[in-house]
Amino acid sequence: MVSICFYFQVHQPFRIRKYSIFDIGKNDNYFSDSSETNLNNEKILKKVSEKCYLPMNSLLLELLEKYPQFKVSFSFSGVYLEQLEKYAPDVLESFKKLVDTGRVEILAETYYHSLSFLFSRGEFYEQVKKHKEIVERLFGKTPEVFRNTELIYNNELAKVVERMGYKGIISEGAPSILGWRSPNYLYSPSGTEKIKVLLKNYKMSDDIAFRFSEKSWKEWPLTSQKYAQWVNAVNGGGEVINLFMDYETFGEHQWKETGIFEFMRHFPEEILKSSDNDFKTPSEVVNSYPARGTFDSPRFISWADVERDLSAWIGNEIQNAAIKKIYSLGFKVLKTQDSDIIEKWRKLQTSDHFYYMCTKWFSDGDVHKYFNPYQSPYDAFISYMNVLHDLELHADELLKKRTLVASNTRENIYKEN
Amino acid sequence: MRVLMFGWEFPPFNSGGLGTACLGLTKGLKNNDVEVTFVLPRKVNLDVDFLKIVYGDDFGSMKKSYVINSLLQGYSTSEEYDTRIFAESEKKPVIYGRNLFEEVERYAEIGGEIAKNEEFDIIHAHDWLTYQAAINAKKVSGKYLVIHVHATELDRSGGNNVNQYVYDIEKKGMEEADAVIAVSNFTRQKIIDNYGISSDKIKVVHNAVEFENYALHEMHTLKRTKKIVLFLGRLTLQKGPDYFVYAAKKVLEYYPNVVFVVSGSGDMEKPIIRKVAELDLADKFIFTGFLRGKDIQEAYHMADLYVMPSVSEPFGISPLEALKCETPVLISNQSGVSEVLNHCLKADFWDVDEIANKIVSVLKYNELYRCLKENGSREVKSLNWNESAHRCVDVYNGLLRRKE
Repeated sequence: MVSICFYFQVHQPFRIRKYSIFDIGKNDNYFSDSSETNLNNEKILKKVSEKCYLPMNSLLLELLEKYPQFKVSFSFSGVYLEQLEKYAPDVLESFKKLVDTGRVEILAETYYHSLSFLFSRGEFYEQVKKHKEIVERLFGKTPEVFRNTELIYNNELAKVVERMGYKGIISEGAPSILGWRSPNYLYSPSGTEKIKVLLKNYKMSDDIAFRFSEKSWKEWPLTSQKYAQWVNAVNGGGEVINLFMDYETFGEHQWKETGIFEFMRHFPEEILKSSDNDFKTPSEVVNSYPARGTFDSPRFISWADVERDLSAWIGNEIQNAAIKKIYSLGFKVLKTQDSDIIEKWRKLQTSDHFYYMCTKWFSDGDVHKYFNPYQSPYDAFISYMNVLHDLELHADELLKKRTLVASNTRENIYKEN
Repeated sequence: MRVLMFGWEFPPFNSGGLGTACLGLTKGLKNNDVEVTFVLPRKVNLDVDFLKIVYGDDFGSMKKSYVINSLLQGYSTSEEYDTRIFAESEKKPVIYGRNLFEEVERYAEIGGEIAKNEEFDIIHAHDWLTYQAAINAKKVSGKYLVIHVHATELDRSGGNNVNQYVYDIEKKGMEEADAVIAVSNFTRQKIIDNYGISSDKIKVVHNAVEFENYALHEMHTLKRTKKIVLFLGRLTLQKGPDYFVYAAKKVLEYYPNVVFVVSGSGDMEKPIIRKVAELDLADKFIFTGFLRGKDIQEAYHMADLYVMPSVSEPFGISPLEALKCETPVLISNQSGVSEVLNHCLKADFWDVDEIANKIVSVLKYNELYRCLKENGSREVKSLNWNESAHRCVDVYNGLLRRKE
């Protein structure tokens, strides 16, 4: 028996607009770009909705209706769901329809798709809680399996997540940790008791997500028939094939013209031709299979780039400076108790902001350049730091006002007495 | 392979990037086993012959070069030539042309004469002053002609007051050439759009920079107390010094502890100085005049940021030189060099706010300064003249194969 476990990551950050030194103190609309550039969040969301979310949701619904054994799962960032409510309620509705089939699971993550686990444990708990609330409100479901931003993972995270009550956690099947062992089994994270870790089969996932349209690839063109043969070949050598990828793979990274939708249309049919195969969601996988070994990752791994480490977000000096600054503002910002400024501060924690500042383009090819809405990582840094400067001014002002109010009240009490 | 090359300036007697490019390219060609005979005009001692043949290594890396005694100088207008010829004629009777255009003709004739006596496979000519000479050389020798476009009249004039005579020579040169080399895609497109040259005839060969390890200089006194932002280039419309001044005004509102250094000379020198005074920035600006050699390096070294706000820059070698001295750069999008540099800041030349925003950011955020400095100076090392020369050789070979 081998189970196919699909998890699609669905996320869009609130990109910050081009924010210059001259905006500081004058403009606190950090995320509202209405230009024709790729910094216009509404424009991007609508574009990707047309190319990916709407057609792919409708295809998945069709497949779920046709094949009762077909199942998938999603992890939505909170900032993505927030943007759907704001700019694309029709897309949100189509996701709800999928979830209503009862065969679509939703995973837990940080609301802000942040790196908070690395820099502020308090923030991490807050953001996971906030994410749980929005998923419950919109879909009426409570997540049972956790996935951290960009599959960033270490032993400590697994322990924390277990304590928070999750029964499963998602990670990258990093060869540096797995060694000769296969990602096609469940493992027990080192130092935990019950929680199990699901590892991404990055080879088979990337065959779809990255290589699908690559004409120089020896397997091109990839058909669902051929892919099903690979799945059948795993039988006996594994229990679950975890296919984890960005949802935007369908129609956005791999354009419609590549045949990616047709590939998926025939996917369940081809997989189910063998009665040894089935589809399971992450929590079903956790319930069905035992852990076959220990997954010991004392250092952080992720699913990004060839390095599978943190270097896409915290690899150079400007990224480190930006991260240091945003988290050091935490104390001040939270102290204001002003929900508007706290919200902005949290949106600025989204990992994409730091990804845009990544300078290792030349070794890692064009992936970073493609996903970067700014002209350069340096431009991303400049806008970001200018925004933080403005945020800090606001926080200072609010705190000053509060101190004034407090001392005035004291004076009044004094006078009255 | 032997190449007869026509230029019009060569270090140390250069006033701009063309001379630097010629030196780099000829060295690179030598490393690619190409023997270059260089011909260039220069005002030499009046009593000496009209032509001087230089052997050996005094002249870059070439075995043999010709220096034609001439008043031709790069980057000069016909008015400037008139001033020069007037000054010369004050002293004694002159052998030069009565105006710039006569002088170009005279250079062209001599060029033809040289071609008669030289052995070579390819003629390679840099920019308009030399095109006529190169065309003559092609006529007498029947060899293939490669025209190397470092700048066009449209760049120099900023699009206004295009000198028709110069434009015509450029167009004729490009038409007569068997291949045209453009220093950037930016320039290639200009040649297609404005000179009507067929695109398949034009190849792009980006410039490079010679890399030497400069000794660490003693920290300049000025640098110990203030940040320094540098403009270094000819003070002409094309280089956008006026945008530099306007940006400086804005920067100072946000970051007062900075000095703006302007190095170079040109027809905008006086208007720029007046503008600085008018904007009440006189105590924030230092004008160094035209710098050479070591002084240029000194200027790059002391700067915290080098700004090149060119209005229309076919290539622009100076940012590469700044990075070589580990100084971060901000360059205009309207430049060829922006096609090869990633680890730098870029802005549109007219976007004064954005230029100021980026200057302030580099001064304010040390991490940004260090990142640009480290990554930029690493990137510039990968741009070397052997590569560029190699691409020129490809162009030569493409032509020579045609013959077979």
